[in-house]
Amino acid sequence: MHRLLDNRNVLGVLFMLPAGALLLVFLTYPLGLGTWLGFTDAKIGRPGEWIGAENFTYLFGDSVARLSLFNTFFYTIVASILKFALGLWLALLLNKNLPFKAFLRAIVLLPFIVPTALSAIAFWWMYDSQFSVISWTLTKMGVIDGYIDFLGEPWLARFSTIAANVWRGVPFVAITLLAGLQTVPPSLYEAASLDGATEWQKFWYVTLPMLTPIIAVVMTFSVLFTFTDFQLIYVLTRGGPLNATHLMATLSFQRAIPGGALGEGAALATSMVPFLLAAILFSYFGLQRRAWQQGGTDK
Amino acid sequence: MSLAENSTVQDSTGMEYLDKPLRRWVTLYVPLACFLFVLLFPFYWMAMTSFKSNEELVSKAANPFWIVRPTLAHFERLLFKTEYPQWMWNTILISVVATAVSLAASVFAAYAIERLRYRGSKQVGLAIFLAYLVPPSILFIPLAAIVFQLGLFDTRWALILTYPTFLIPFCTWLLMGYFRTIPYELEECALIDGATRWQVLTKIVLPLAVPGLISAGIFAFTLSWNEFIYALTFISSSENKTVPVGVITELVEGDVYHWGALMAGALLGSLPVAILYSFFVEHYVSGMTGAVKE
Repeated sequence: MHRLLDNRNVLGVLFMLPAGALLLVFLTYPLGLGTWLGFTDAKIGRPGEWIGAENFTYLFGDSVARLSLFNTFFYTIVASILKFALGLWLALLLNKNLPFKAFLRAIVLLPFIVPTALSAIAFWWMYDSQFSVISWTLTKMGVIDGYIDFLGEPWLARFSTIAANVWRGVPFVAITLLAGLQTVPPSLYEAASLDGATEWQKFWYVTLPMLTPIIAVVMTFSVLFTFTDFQLIYVLTRGGPLNATHLMATLSFQRAIPGGALGEGAALATSMVPFLLAAILFSYFGLQRRAWQQGGTDK
Repeated sequence: MSLAENSTVQDSTGMEYLDKPLRRWVTLYVPLACFLFVLLFPFYWMAMTSFKSNEELVSKAANPFWIVRPTLAHFERLLFKTEYPQWMWNTILISVVATAVSLAASVFAAYAIERLRYRGSKQVGLAIFLAYLVPPSILFIPLAAIVFQLGLFDTRWALILTYPTFLIPFCTWLLMGYFRTIPYELEECALIDGATRWQVLTKIVLPLAVPGLISAGIFAFTLSWNEFIYALTFISSSENKTVPVGVITELVEGDVYHWGALMAGALLGSLPVAILYSFFVEHYVSGMTGAVKE
């Protein structure tokens, strides 16, 4: 018995048991089950029959599903670009020599730590068609005449939800990039200064290349979680107006849970997987750490 | 590391005297103030709204940025006329238990992967990282089916057992990085002195890994507190709901929005994580940045 416990393989299996069992039952198995459900006509309360790719061909012909695919891409691309640009800017600002630096960093992260569903309600209220504080301010300033129906017009609603998503995502990007900025050796900036580099050149030829690996990881996370976003849209618009803000995740929820069509919802959810894999592979092969960033030479 | 940070500070103070004050205002303080205003305004607005009377909320003449007559009516309604206290209790219970379970499982898993180096531990480490990237919105439909089959539908257990699917990969990944920084020699000494693996783990590794455990625990707790889609799908009766789901599904009645009560609910629901965060900012940040490093 004692002998057995000294064997690293036996002990390894024992130590892995709790985590492994939970993950196998509630992560690996559901992943497989979800894919399988996508190929069945399962409804709530009724196990499905195998129907091949029927769900997928149906969804491909469904204009709402196609619109949700477009929305998901639009939402992800616009929000990710904004989050990256604003997040990097904020990180650079916070990396300067500032009073109360630690305190500033702490409050900047607040939007990221409070429950998204709850901060989304605050946005819902700020976007209200009759009592919006944004509209109130703009009318008083004389910029607009009537109140803006932020969540009532398709394109306005798309941009309003993107704004709320960016608000929540910028702190995460900024604070992680700030951590990356602090690891750039100052000697590189000194060398650049001696060579007569301008501020912009220092940023473009020193900061950005040194930051690429961490940017790759942060943006992969950001893209993955924006692409599969659910709660913000669910709280703000439930996919409306005219399905203009339905993402694949919200549509799959709507079809599967209130709609009862588990198979169709699972097929929609499964269709997100190839895009997620593509994003992961792109960041892994396209942006991974280059040898010269660790002092070696590029092959 | 600390040396590098020190010299960064010295370097930036050394170079910044070249900046003219005006330039510093335009390129640094003004943009930073704008960022802070936008990032914090929703919280200010949440607080303002929750203390305003209904008449003041719908009045277009009054200045919306300030309160003339603050009232606690919305909080009173929330605490005594809705099941909000119950949702709060559920959220605390579920978050604490799910975090504790995940943390315990993760400590063993991370130690095994990083230090026991059993056959195939590298592949398992990679699989853990990939598991971290699986988003809940592609898992909730099959998980709903499983939860239903297990007879856990509409119970707190449904959430306690499913939250570890995103907590364990995160905590394990974070702790693996942390264990890597503990010198292996310490463990070797103990093993030579006749300590068992269990003693090595509990008497040497865990005490040294306390900051890592706090980081993982705080982060896992806020993740469970903020979780939405599983709680929305697996829970149907009001007395089992968590705060985010309860506020969204129960406080919104038809077309009449009780904005005051909604904002009060959002404010109260955000406070516990905000307070916890304020005590452990450094741990939280190191947990977040540690998780995205390779």
